[in-house]
Amino acid sequence: MIILQTDRLSVAFGGVRAIDGVNLAIESGQVYSVIGPNGSGKTTLFNLVSGIYTPDDGSIRLAGEMVTGLTPDQLARRGLSRTFQNLQIFSRMSVLENVMVGRHRHERTGIFADLLHWPSVARQNEATSKAALAALARVGLADSAGRPAGSLAYGALKRLEIARAVASDPTLLLLDEPAAGCNPVETEEIDGLIRSIVRDGITVVLVEHDMRLVMNISDRVHVLANGRTLAEGTPEQVRSDAAVVEAYLGVHGSQEAVCAFD
Amino acid sequence: MRTLLEIRLLPALAVAAIVIVLPYFFPSAYYFRIGALVYIFALAVVGLNLLMGFAGQVSLGHAGFLGIGAYSVVIGPVYFGLPSWLCVFVGATVSGAVAFLVGRPILRLKGHYLAVATLGFGLLVAIVLTNEAGWTGGPDGMSVPRLALFNWQVRGSDAWYWIAGTTLVGGFVLALNLMESPTGRALQAIHDSEIAALVLGIDVARKKLTIFVISAMYASVAGSYLALFNGHVTPDVAGFLRSIELVAMVVLGGMGSIVGSLVGAAVLVVLPQVLTIFHEYEQTLLGLILMVFMIFLRRGIVPSLAATFAGRRR
Amino acid sequence: MAELLQFVFSGLTVGAIYALVALGFTLIYKASDIINFAQGEFVMLGGMTTVFVTLAGVPLPIAALIAIIATTAIGLALHRLAIEPARGASPVALIMITIGASIFLRGFAQIIFDRRFHSLPPLFGSDPIKFGGAAILPQSLVVLASAVVIVTLLWLFIDRTLLGKAVLATAANRLAARLIGIDTRRIVDFSFAVSAAIGAVAGVLITPIALTSYDVGILLALKGFAAAMLGGIGSALGAVVGGLLIGLFEAFAAGYLSSNYKDAVAFLIILIVLVSIPQGLFGRAKIERV
Repeated sequence: MIILQTDRLSVAFGGVRAIDGVNLAIESGQVYSVIGPNGSGKTTLFNLVSGIYTPDDGSIRLAGEMVTGLTPDQLARRGLSRTFQNLQIFSRMSVLENVMVGRHRHERTGIFADLLHWPSVARQNEATSKAALAALARVGLADSAGRPAGSLAYGALKRLEIARAVASDPTLLLLDEPAAGCNPVETEEIDGLIRSIVRDGITVVLVEHDMRLVMNISDRVHVLANGRTLAEGTPEQVRSDAAVVEAYLGVHGSQEAVCAFD
Repeated sequence: MRTLLEIRLLPALAVAAIVIVLPYFFPSAYYFRIGALVYIFALAVVGLNLLMGFAGQVSLGHAGFLGIGAYSVVIGPVYFGLPSWLCVFVGATVSGAVAFLVGRPILRLKGHYLAVATLGFGLLVAIVLTNEAGWTGGPDGMSVPRLALFNWQVRGSDAWYWIAGTTLVGGFVLALNLMESPTGRALQAIHDSEIAALVLGIDVARKKLTIFVISAMYASVAGSYLALFNGHVTPDVAGFLRSIELVAMVVLGGMGSIVGSLVGAAVLVVLPQVLTIFHEYEQTLLGLILMVFMIFLRRGIVPSLAATFAGRRR
Repeated sequence: MAELLQFVFSGLTVGAIYALVALGFTLIYKASDIINFAQGEFVMLGGMTTVFVTLAGVPLPIAALIAIIATTAIGLALHRLAIEPARGASPVALIMITIGASIFLRGFAQIIFDRRFHSLPPLFGSDPIKFGGAAILPQSLVVLASAVVIVTLLWLFIDRTLLGKAVLATAANRLAARLIGIDTRRIVDFSFAVSAAIGAVAGVLITPIALTSYDVGILLALKGFAAAMLGGIGSALGAVVGGLLIGLFEAFAAGYLSSNYKDAVAFLIILIVLVSIPQGLFGRAKIERV
């Protein structure tokens, strides 16, 4: 089933076409990576798909439903979730509370119940807390549950954001550079985490610079350059595409790609 | 479950204890008056704190709601023959409705744009109250019919001390409940990162509006009490200076600290009483306090104290 | 027709003052991203100081000069003592600091001066000049002419001098400006000083017409800010146009609707502008990048 489809998606900012006629057709249950040099529009693409930017042209379909122009919260309620390149952690809340917010769209109490602290609220808090703790355990942060989120190390914060995004039970998860700033050990952990997320039936779309991770984990890869599609296919197809190798993987990158398959 | 209850409502219990115990130390009836005023303002400050400290929005015109509440208990009884206690609720409803209507467009704004929009709102309320003399008695205001409950005319600072104190405890309970609820978490999330909140499915606009309405109703009830207690109301109750006083109380006590609301209100109500001889210095002092705290002690009294104690324990 | 013209004259006169206040806001905002609510107090201090110094026997021109210098010094002090130490605070925190400063200066003025209204003798007498059936005070012409002169001088300065370029650079990108050796702190000092001076001049000029007292600052600040918002905060041209427009709207509202709600006009405009075109007439909309 095609879970995410875009058709001639385009947006321009002050005369610069950040994304120009991009077509995506992502099958559910896959790991789909979007790569390209800095400025090629990867994060802009994410922002378009997650409703933060409105496209000037083209359409977006989520699980067959036309969702162009919907706001991020409307998309979240349709099963979309994402992480951010520049972490958007709720730094004043505890680690556990951060993930509890991830459960928001599944919470069912109203403002009056909340103000009066009906028993339903206590039960809801309990349920949310449990689910959040489970999500934290998956990313290995269960021990830090009570700590203020702002006190965590960078790598842990990346995992926290993933836990938070996963806690909302999405069908489609957009990960914006989950391995950025991570050492090889941490990247390996991210690799394992993504695989376990996909095993749970969540489709993962990845924006990444780490070619090793991308080539190892992706089912399909989409290469962007200057806001346009340069190539699309399996990792093998993409890395052997002459134009891609020459312009965007670069000498170093293509060597990495070769190593990833050894 | 029992322990959770205690921790969550601890500040409310503490306030209740203070309200009950304090009168034993009062040398004269005058102190009941001060206490009543402190609790009345603290109620408004709790509401404003939920909006500013907790949800991260700003309102520099909150006295506008104080004014709506205050004039409700004049206009209702005098022109419509309604009992005063009912008008407290009517005022809160009107304030909530006004907050809803005004909040919808302006809460889309952020930072200094929101600040100025709320400022403009507060000033408009004050201007309307000053000009519509037919309803409001104009710049000199009107006298407020005393509150009557079941044939008992409520007068006297001690009666109001207990009424205001009890209401404050109730206000604390509601606020503390809110903070540990799904809505509370959503509001805190909005404060820390609106975009992440959106992406997690939180209807940010609706949540902001909700807290704006709630904080307006807190202020309205406080305004009603103020008018009933003083027996007289003027448009100044909704004025710019009053709005800034409320903000100063939030800042002083600690943004986001519900307990701090009481501290902030206490300091800024008691100080002018202590300095009655220096009444003319009131504005200078208010301005100075605001500046000093926003520059050096931005967290406010209570969070700063809490941090020092937390530091010492380690 | 004569009535309309009368409203236009009075509207433009008070609008010129709002324009100068708005210009002060814009200058400080451009250099430091701060909304300075004490802007109105500069106008008040300019007028009140001149009044009290003349009451002490000093001739008017010298008194005015002293007032302008004193206000400029206060503007500098405001930056160094209240704004600088809070660098890095959120925009709302900074607004509250300037509001605190505004209330502080107001209270201060109340103590050193007094609470009454005061006036100053107009520069060219008080016989109104007849024009098209309407009457305009010579002082109004002085106000309008001065506003034109000040705006022109400011524009020439920004456009033609190196220091002016430095201000523009700081406004565009503080970090980049510092990296090329501009002392941004001095630039902001300068913007506060000049804004205070402009405010003080406005205060001296308008007092013969509109009187002055210790608490004219707040309303002036708010209306000047409304003007800056209407014109587009960050745009000097917008500040001037905004100021004149607000003055005109106020005069028309007072004349044709109700003089009681004259003050409400500016605030209504603020709300309408913020909700419909937050970037104002000449400003540029911001795009948020995540």
